[in-house]
Amino acid sequence: MTGEREGVEVPAWTAEPFTLHIERGKLREFTRAVRTPQPWPGDEDVVPPTFLTTMRHWVGGPSEAWPLLGFDPARTMHAGEEYEFVGPPPTVGMTLVGQSRIEKIEERTNRAGATLRFGTMVTEFRDLDGALVARARLTGVETPVAGEGGRD
Amino acid sequence: MTEQTAPPLTVGPLTLTDLVRYQGASGDFNPIHHDGDAAAKAGLDAVIAPGMLSAGLMSSWLLSWSSRRSVRAFAIRFTAPVRLGDTLTVHGEITAGGDGTVQVAMTCANEQGKVVAKGQATLHRPQGGQ
Repeated sequence: MTGEREGVEVPAWTAEPFTLHIERGKLREFTRAVRTPQPWPGDEDVVPPTFLTTMRHWVGGPSEAWPLLGFDPARTMHAGEEYEFVGPPPTVGMTLVGQSRIEKIEERTNRAGATLRFGTMVTEFRDLDGALVARARLTGVETPVAGEGGRD
Repeated sequence: MTEQTAPPLTVGPLTLTDLVRYQGASGDFNPIHHDGDAAAKAGLDAVIAPGMLSAGLMSSWLLSWSSRRSVRAFAIRFTAPVRLGDTLTVHGEITAGGDGTVQVAMTCANEQGKVVAKGQATLHRPQGGQ
């Protein structure tokens, strides 16, 4: 039995904007955690490409779009992440305004008949003039309830 | 001018402290990454590392031969869990280039050779050249 796929395009579920200040101490802490090598001369304040994941320190309540999906956190895994930068990545000292929205929900049925749900959340980061600086696209997957679709 | 990349980057064995340090830095405090009971409740046999830690390590391989300011895109897909004690190695290669833009493909594998994450990056003048 092959898997089936049902794509569900949802209206743009958009959360409230949030502010993210790029700070030297946070950059230092993050680069230590992911083993970023020493920067090239002039790059000392430029963030490495996954740094904007630290938006988690700045979102909360109305600025969180992911909970709009209603996925069970205990069964949800991070499937992938993409970052795009309009020019060079942002630097320490910049203040960004971020806003997240749910772009897509997709349901798939696997061979065992269990349902997996994939959700995609897009976050746009703009500078204080409103110019787009970066975009993040997060994909998460909600795995089937234990016992559903498995073999007895 | 042909860009040179860098030898693979190896990190590990990963400790709980490595995971906790990453969680504090990133703001992802999901307890399945540091609390065995929470991991068990989520159906895991032990804590697992955040996927984004692997993503960060892959970016560190990338930045070992290219400048931070050259990055224009960075995408990662997580393919297998990473556990405490795993040693991760990041390999990568240039797959295309022209007009100052370089495409890179990366893989991150554990010490058993299992691929835990795959990634792609786009760089603009990675080494500052013309």
